[in-house]
Amino acid sequence: MTSRIEDAFAKARAENRGVLGVFVSAGDPDRETSGAILDALVEAKVDMIELGMPFSDPMADGPAIQAASLRALKGGMTLAGTLEMARAFRARHPATPLVLMGYYNPIYIYGVEAFLADAVAAGVDGLIVVDLPPEEDDELYLPAREAGLDFIRLVTPTSDAARLPVVLGTASGFVYYVAITGITGTRSAAADSISAAYSRISAATDLPIVTGFGIRTPEQAGEAASLSDGAVIGSAVVDIIADNLGGDGRGTPEIVSKIAAFVGDLAKGVAAAGRRD
Amino acid sequence: MTDINLNSLRNQPDERGRFGMHGGRFVAETLMPLILQVESAFKAAQSDADFASELAYYQTHYVGRPSPLYFAERLTAHFGGAKLYLKRDELNHTGAHKINNVLGQALLAKRMGKTRIIAETGAGQHGVATATACALFDMECEVFMGEEDVRRQKPNVDRMRLLGAKVHPVTSGTGTLKDAMNEALRYWVANAETHFYIIGTVAGPHPYPQMVRDFQSVIGREARQQIMDAEGRLPDTIVACIGGGSNAMGLFHPFLDDESVRIIGVEAAGKGIPSGLHAASLTGGTPGVLHGNRTYLLQDEDGQIIDAHSISAGLDYPGIGPEHSWLHDMKRVEYVSATDEEALDAFQLCSRLEGIIPALEPSHALAFVGTIIGDMDKDQILILNMCGRGDKDLGAVLPMLEERGKL
Repeated sequence: MTSRIEDAFAKARAENRGVLGVFVSAGDPDRETSGAILDALVEAKVDMIELGMPFSDPMADGPAIQAASLRALKGGMTLAGTLEMARAFRARHPATPLVLMGYYNPIYIYGVEAFLADAVAAGVDGLIVVDLPPEEDDELYLPAREAGLDFIRLVTPTSDAARLPVVLGTASGFVYYVAITGITGTRSAAADSISAAYSRISAATDLPIVTGFGIRTPEQAGEAASLSDGAVIGSAVVDIIADNLGGDGRGTPEIVSKIAAFVGDLAKGVAAAGRRD
Repeated sequence: MTDINLNSLRNQPDERGRFGMHGGRFVAETLMPLILQVESAFKAAQSDADFASELAYYQTHYVGRPSPLYFAERLTAHFGGAKLYLKRDELNHTGAHKINNVLGQALLAKRMGKTRIIAETGAGQHGVATATACALFDMECEVFMGEEDVRRQKPNVDRMRLLGAKVHPVTSGTGTLKDAMNEALRYWVANAETHFYIIGTVAGPHPYPQMVRDFQSVIGREARQQIMDAEGRLPDTIVACIGGGSNAMGLFHPFLDDESVRIIGVEAAGKGIPSGLHAASLTGGTPGVLHGNRTYLLQDEDGQIIDAHSISAGLDYPGIGPEHSWLHDMKRVEYVSATDEEALDAFQLCSRLEGIIPALEPSHALAFVGTIIGDMDKDQILILNMCGRGDKDLGAVLPMLEERGKL
């Protein structure tokens, strides 16, 4: 049996395009709006959803995701609440892969065993835990693989030849390439760097490689998805939430409709850009 | 194997950077190659006599080490118990123990060919020490400091600017030390290739807790020799304040295997442990993972970090170095606490009786010492680490003393 993640990549390949992934923080800005956003993402033909597990100190995230995380926590979101949202999502959407993304401490406090059992029962497909490098694999990676969850590795521009085999040797699901395009400057330079990174990483793994961080427009999404195997968009979606909050900081119908329209454009951008091979 | 004592408490951490279950390397992949580079550079420097002699040169001629071990006669008479000695690291250049570690790391950065330095700071002592070393070694310096701390530690902000450092006020979170550390880590992630991050306390990913401890252990090594010279024997008790815990680890480490020495770390109890407004991670926290290591943290039942509270910006941190967490679990070191009010009283007492204006941080340690030293025998010896001077705190302390009718 293939996994939902494998199916999503196979479907995109069959349609001659890369996959489109979107990140949102669970419970941002409140649970009801957040659930409606997830439905809108599926409706808008997102291939894969990365659902953020809010944390008070997201030290690898920029201001947009930090703010999203804090809004969700202020709205009462917890890790238990995130798992509940995942379960409800899976009941409504049997096919769309759902990856939980966040930091280790809330999982550690929840209890690794309980967390994995509840995540599997909720229909979660994979985990991205930012502050668990391969050096700490016995904490969560090994039990997560045992439980049947994919554990997605991040590869960065600082991952050198010595580091890549360490990171990729035990990767599963797909590889998330963190392209810090905000710093490389022009779009063509970014395109060059994504291409170069793709060659470097794909020489060390057979897993699909998606590109994320710093992608803000349908054109950039298409470019990143066609230079690798997919694109993930986070901050640009989360910014729509921040810009359309109600006076009380609660969700509004505009948030959901504007995200639906924006993500629909992203999907078109990705479809139009085609595939690398 | 012949020179390694397997029963020693001084051989930690293991090769994974673990102190028992604490410590480790819980960082984003972006930082891993850098942390491994720092580790191998540190290992190489440890066995390099040139590095040791260069560091010793600056410690002697620039910092003014060894710092005196001073018999505090009037405080001793006041308390009426054991003899109180103060390890006077407040006399170091820049006014605190922080420079011991900064010079070590700055020299290491220099060896690695890095000329841009990042630092986080709470009270500003680590920021000032880092800005100082950067001026000395011609390096660029960027310091991240919570905006609340920028306000309450203005003299240190001015000093950093004068020394040529750029101070980034941090507005995220509560604008204190934890947020400054988040922001410094983010900045390092984005500038990983060019910058060296000088962490100011015995926390963060391996090898930082070990590295900072080793550079600070000069305090304990000197104190051990000095008390042998002065009294011909080891102290009965040693005491230091703890935020992240670098001055305490520096004093404690050389004494860990001396079973006769009682070791006490004093955390900041803020407005009192029951109030929830404190910074006492060991007394009032639970193990968790933050800023690259597992250690005791102030957190809620969902694993979200709770803001610390202390009158002292240098102790205002919701975590603690992982080696302290291990020593707490092992029960080798006793961890206690002192409140804001108790620290204020000790601040004033030390100023009046010894002519030494202490920083608010060691004032916490002195406050606790006041509760035990009177019950000790007169021939016993207690060493307190006077890890910083109080000039930086006058702006915050004077209005509080006036308000309480104490000045």
